Amino acid sequence: MSDEIVLRVRDLTTVFHLKDGPFKAVDSVSFELARGKMHCLVGESGSGKSVCARSLMQLVGPTGQVEGGSIELVQDEADGGLIDIAKLTPNSRAVRAIRGRDIAMVFQEPMSSLSPVHTIGRQITEVLSLHLKLDRKAARQRAVELLSRVEIPEPERALDRYTFEFSGGMRQRAMIAMALACRPKVLIADEPTTALDVTTQAEILDLIKELQDDFGMAVLMITHDMGVVAEIADEVAVMFRGRIVERGDVHEIFERPQHGYTKRLLGAVLRLQQPAANRHHLGKLPETPILQVRDLAKNYQLTAALFGWRRPQIVKAVAGVSFDLNEGETLGIVGESGSGKTTVGRLLLAITKASSGTVTYSDGAGQRIEVTHLNRAGLRRYHREARLVFQDPFSSLNPRMTVKQVIGDSMLVHGIAEGRELEDRVAELLKMVYLPPEAMERYPHAFSGGQRQRIGIARALALQPRLIIADEVTSGLDVSLRSRILDLLFELKDRLGLSFVFISHDISVVRYFCDRVAVMYRGKFVEIGPAEQITTAPKHPYTKALISAVPVPDPSVRRLAFRHRYEAVGT
Amino acid sequence: MTELRHGGIEQAFDDEFELDAEPAVVKSLGGRAAQASQWQLVFWKFRRHRVAVVASIVVALLYFVGIFAEFIAPYGPQKIETRYTYAPPQSLNFFVAEPDGSRRFEPHVKGYTIEVDPVILKRTFVIDPDKIIPVGLFVIGDPYRLFGLIPMNRHLIGPSNPADPMFLMGSDRIGRDLFSRLIYGTRISMSIGLVGVVISLFLGILLGGLSGYYGGAVDTIVQRLIEILSSIPTIPLWMGLAAAIPLTWSPLTVYFTITLIISLIGWTALGREVRGRFYALRSEDFVTAARLDGSSELRVVLRHMVPSITSHIVASITLAIPAMILAETSLSFLGIGLKPPVVSWGVLLQDAQNIRSVSTAPWLLIAPGLAVVTAVLAFNFMGDGLRDAADPYNE
Repeated sequence: MSDEIVLRVRDLTTVFHLKDGPFKAVDSVSFELARGKMHCLVGESGSGKSVCARSLMQLVGPTGQVEGGSIELVQDEADGGLIDIAKLTPNSRAVRAIRGRDIAMVFQEPMSSLSPVHTIGRQITEVLSLHLKLDRKAARQRAVELLSRVEIPEPERALDRYTFEFSGGMRQRAMIAMALACRPKVLIADEPTTALDVTTQAEILDLIKELQDDFGMAVLMITHDMGVVAEIADEVAVMFRGRIVERGDVHEIFERPQHGYTKRLLGAVLRLQQPAANRHHLGKLPETPILQVRDLAKNYQLTAALFGWRRPQIVKAVAGVSFDLNEGETLGIVGESGSGKTTVGRLLLAITKASSGTVTYSDGAGQRIEVTHLNRAGLRRYHREARLVFQDPFSSLNPRMTVKQVIGDSMLVHGIAEGRELEDRVAELLKMVYLPPEAMERYPHAFSGGQRQRIGIARALALQPRLIIADEVTSGLDVSLRSRILDLLFELKDRLGLSFVFISHDISVVRYFCDRVAVMYRGKFVEIGPAEQITTAPKHPYTKALISAVPVPDPSVRRLAFRHRYEAVGT
Repeated sequence: MTELRHGGIEQAFDDEFELDAEPAVVKSLGGRAAQASQWQLVFWKFRRHRVAVVASIVVALLYFVGIFAEFIAPYGPQKIETRYTYAPPQSLNFFVAEPDGSRRFEPHVKGYTIEVDPVILKRTFVIDPDKIIPVGLFVIGDPYRLFGLIPMNRHLIGPSNPADPMFLMGSDRIGRDLFSRLIYGTRISMSIGLVGVVISLFLGILLGGLSGYYGGAVDTIVQRLIEILSSIPTIPLWMGLAAAIPLTWSPLTVYFTITLIISLIGWTALGREVRGRFYALRSEDFVTAARLDGSSELRVVLRHMVPSITSHIVASITLAIPAMILAETSLSFLGIGLKPPVVSWGVLLQDAQNIRSVSTAPWLLIAPGLAVVTAVLAFNFMGDGLRDAADPYNE
């Protein structure tokens, strides 16, 4: 290879010494980072990819320790030549000299990795004065350059602002500026875009790629998203249970994966690239609406100052949403964070009270019910037929109740079943979500995220509902589990004749699962139509921008650079 | 419901690359944790906390001593031996050296001789190593009623001959056995705080719960009330009340009354804690889920929310009891809490108020002082352990 290697990792092993004995988080991992190349480390949660990245800078303490292998940082002879970071003591002067100067890191959570009590400028100049010994004026000058380099508008003023005045994307830019302060040879980016919306993610990825070309850095990008990998990587290493199972050129990996795990991971990702296979053989749906929503709106009033005469500020979380949901149909609501999609879900179930508008539900007997005007008893009846599946599989199950109690509680409360009969019913529900009946005696803490989400689904089904509102049910799960949960929902929908309102920020999940899609932006539906049309031929400029910002898991398509951009008017 | 179609998905949920990691609790506690209830998990986690386990054994022992005080103490709390005033503590020995050099097993304490200071003519007792007073278990001594009901005269430990003196921790100004009095004091000191804690608990949970659950105006009112109450200084209040209470009341009744009034003010800390927990719980998904399942408000609170905070409440109680014990001790020491003839640790410490008695009989300060320190430390360690174990789901 003619590439200039800057970091060579050989048989890196990192062990955590836990109460229950040692745990090998990273197990004999080897790879090389070359100048100007983007190296992606991809894996699901718990695969050890983040620990691996942190090991490179000896940042795994206090329980962790780099116990084997070598991390060779290639330097000029003038700077001391080859340094093996694995041999250095954590937090020693030698390691600290390398951190930030030769190897810099960008973290996932831009809010918590920047200090909220110092201005952006102080944080950047600190790095500069530490490593480059610049004086205050020169450091400030340099910081302004850096901020303008990461495309932060008005860098001179931005320097004196605090992180909380910045949006997530801007914070991540500032973080990158900080990482670049000393022109490091290696940039480690640990899931830098995971906490961001897709459109912001696209911008940040653009920026990293561009900066890499300009600075000639080697970048190690940690991610779980195969789409991101396909979009930017030169080299890919796939991690599974602490080991790199496959490594190679990005085209090679995507076109001819060798290892079973890579194949499965790619399979799961590619499945979500098209509508589910079993969605179309249903035939034409009857056009009887189960839910009719008209001009639904929710305003939140921000608390006014205690003795203030200021006019209270009003935030329109949902501003006039209208749609029909037909029986047996799945409607997807997509939008970025803060678009009001979750509020819509809560309004539909009257968990939050609507400010105006109507939600009309047609019950099993064909009776039309106005949900927004229901009293307590009426709501109780409505909630038997319209159920919610939650996003977080951890907080949505009461940890102090057995699975039997969790699933059976609603049947007990409604006097449908008790004792043995209840047990039989719960067993039946568990079978429906492919869990063994023995699971009912266990507590939620005995189950993994995917299993818990299935328990949550079983709970929603207990009262034989007709309508399910699913709020981001797959976003807490790894990609390989997502399509399985969706397939399970499909099966249940067909068998039990359910209608779905499916709320998600993930376009691929919605495309896979939904018949129709509504795109939400700032409290409004900007576009609603068949899933196929929305995802392939969107009409509204925001939808275009949103769809084109989604990375496609195909390295030969790289299209982020040619994406649509959307600037909202009047903001 | 329709028949089940097994196959495709079920298999897909379980294959060799299932990465869905095993939950942390199960991993650290093994398979049995799967079916373990909250209290089992709390117990297992608590058991790992060695110091806390030892502390809870000490606490249990103290209560045991308190309950069986009449039986364990060699003498009654008011029994006066005017012949032995300010007698120093005797040590318990097990072997007697025979004249032929062999050693015979016989538990005993050494007797006293009187020494008279030739200058100031002051009588002091010193241990006489030659006087052997045999000591036995389950000996017959002063008659008493166990729990005030069962007439008995056996004592766990005592001199074989009831006329012999035995003062394991020494005696006080009028020749009462400090060891016995300390044991009787344990009963009062360890239990009197409980009353206050129970009342605080009731008020704290009720008002804190309401405040956290309903929020809004209720919350504002309760929180302001808490702020006003916690600004009232307790010791002046206590002193004022002690003066205002009728003299004809028995000292114990007086103390209970004051405790009651103090706990009407002292519930605020617990109230805040409960409010915080309820406030956080209210927005938990599983509480919303319970409401959507059709549970009534009362059921949501009792069935879903209260079990989530009980372990925290237990921990707070354990940490509140030592505060009450200290309050009793310090107030009694100041003379405004319990008063003789009631025997409590604080009352015993009153005897050690002046330097002269401390210099002649330091055991009067050391023994009750150690008892208070032991009890408070034990409760604090136990409470710390409980608090750490209270939420077994966050590893």
